[in-house]
Amino acid sequence: MKDPADFDMSRRTRRSLLTGGIAAAAGAGLWAWIANSPSEEGIPRALRRGLQVNEKLSRGIFNGKRLAPEFPLDQAVKKVRVNEDIGMSDDVDRATWKVKIEGADGHPASVEVPLAKIKSLPHAEHVTELKCVEGWSQIVHWGGARFADLAKEFPPPPDTQYVAMETPDGEYYVGLDLESALQPQTLLVYEMTGEPITEEHGAPLRLCIPTKYGIKNIKQIGTIRYTNERPKDYWAERGYDWYAGL
Amino acid sequence: MKQIALKHLRAVRWFHWINFPLLAIMIWTGLWIYWANDVYRIGWGDLTLLHFFPDSFYNLTHTDHKLAQGMAWHFVVMWAFILNGIAYIAYTIISGEWRKLVPGRHALRDAIYVTLYDLHLRKELPAQGKYNAAQQISYTAISVMGLGSFITGLAIWRYVQFSWLATLLGGYPAARMEHFMLTIGYVLFFFVHVAQVVKAGWNNGRSMITGYEVVETPEVRS
Repeated sequence: MKDPADFDMSRRTRRSLLTGGIAAAAGAGLWAWIANSPSEEGIPRALRRGLQVNEKLSRGIFNGKRLAPEFPLDQAVKKVRVNEDIGMSDDVDRATWKVKIEGADGHPASVEVPLAKIKSLPHAEHVTELKCVEGWSQIVHWGGARFADLAKEFPPPPDTQYVAMETPDGEYYVGLDLESALQPQTLLVYEMTGEPITEEHGAPLRLCIPTKYGIKNIKQIGTIRYTNERPKDYWAERGYDWYAGL
Repeated sequence: MKQIALKHLRAVRWFHWINFPLLAIMIWTGLWIYWANDVYRIGWGDLTLLHFFPDSFYNLTHTDHKLAQGMAWHFVVMWAFILNGIAYIAYTIISGEWRKLVPGRHALRDAIYVTLYDLHLRKELPAQGKYNAAQQISYTAISVMGLGSFITGLAIWRYVQFSWLATLLGGYPAARMEHFMLTIGYVLFFFVHVAQVVKAGWNNGRSMITGYEVVETPEVRS
C-alpha cells in the first residue's frame, strides 16, 4: 500500500504541474502574441508599442536638458570610425552649400541658408562619447554651431514637437524631438578632431547629438524642417527605436 | 515515518519560475545585440584563448543579424525581468526568508567544505540550515548579480541620464563589458545549478515545483 505521505505528494505534484503547465502555456502564448503581432517598421507591433512607452516614460521622468558627460581633449580619438555613407553624394558643391530650413516662424516656408551663416553663429565644441546602436563607442572632439543658436535665428513655431533632417537627395533622414534638438550639446558640426570635417564624416555639415545613438547623427545635412508630424526616420523604419535616446 | 514538509514558499516558487524564462529571453536577445559588436575575448595580447563568440556559434544558434529585434525585445522584456526581481528581493526581505539565504560568518569556510564533499574529497558536510553555505553564497550572489545587471543595464540604456552611474562603473564601455560578464555568470550558474539539482534528486527538485518535500521523521514513542 502506498504511504499516505507519498500519496499526498503525488496529488500535490499533479496539481502543481498542472498549474505550472497552464502558466507556461500562458507565457508561451504571450510570447507568440508579441512575436506574431503584425510588423510595424521592421519589428512586431507589440514591441514597437513597448518602445513608444519607453519613450513616453523617458520624456516624462527624465530631464531632456541633461548634459552628456564631457571628456578631456586628450581622450578624444585621433581617427574617428566611419560607419555609414547612406544618402551621401560626391556631386555636391561644398563651397556653395546651402541648408534648406522649412517651417521657421517669421520666415518663408522654405529658406536657403548658406553655410557661412551657420559658421557665423557662436562657435561651440565639446568632447563627448558617440555611441552606436551596434555597441561600440568613441570619444570624439566635435566643433560647430549649437542647433539651439540656429533655432534662435530661425525659431520653431510655438508648440513645435519635432525636427526633421535630411540629406539633399532625401535618402537618409532622421526625426528628433524638439527638446533633444535644442539641448545645448546638439551641434551642427563643421569640425571634427579640431580640423574641418572630412567628406566621409559628413562634410560640409553634420549633426552631433550626444543624447542619442549614432544613427541620429546625420551627415551632409541638406534640409532642416520643423514639424508637428512625427518625422520618418531611416533606421526607425528598419526596426530601431525612433526615439533612440540615451 | 514519512511526512511531507513545506520547503519553498509559493511566492518564491513563482518568482523562480517566472524569472527563468525572462532571464533566458534577456540572455538570448542580449546575444542578438552583442553580435553586432562581439569584441570580448579571454586572452592576452595576440593570444586569444576564447573569443565570445566564434562565427560558428552564431550560425548554429541563428543569433546573427538580429540587432534591431534584439534591442526591441530586450528593452521591453526588461521591465518584467526587473519587476519580478524587485518583487523577489522585497519578498525575501519582508518574509524574513533572507535570514536563511544570506551567508553567515563561516559561510566561506563551510562552502569550501561543501564543495570538497561534493568532489568526494571530504567525508562530512558541515552543519547547515535550510541551505548549505555554498547554496547561500550562490543564491545571494545570483540576486546581487541581478541587481548588477539592472544597474549596468541602466547605465547603458540611458547613459546620459545615468552618466553618474556609468562613471561609477568605469565608463560606458566598461558598463557594457560588466553587463556581458554578468550574463556569462548566469550561464555558468545555470549549468552548476541544474547539475546540483539533478544530483540532489527528485524529492528535492520537486519541492521547487510543489513546495513540499517528503521527509523521514523518527517515530514518536510514548
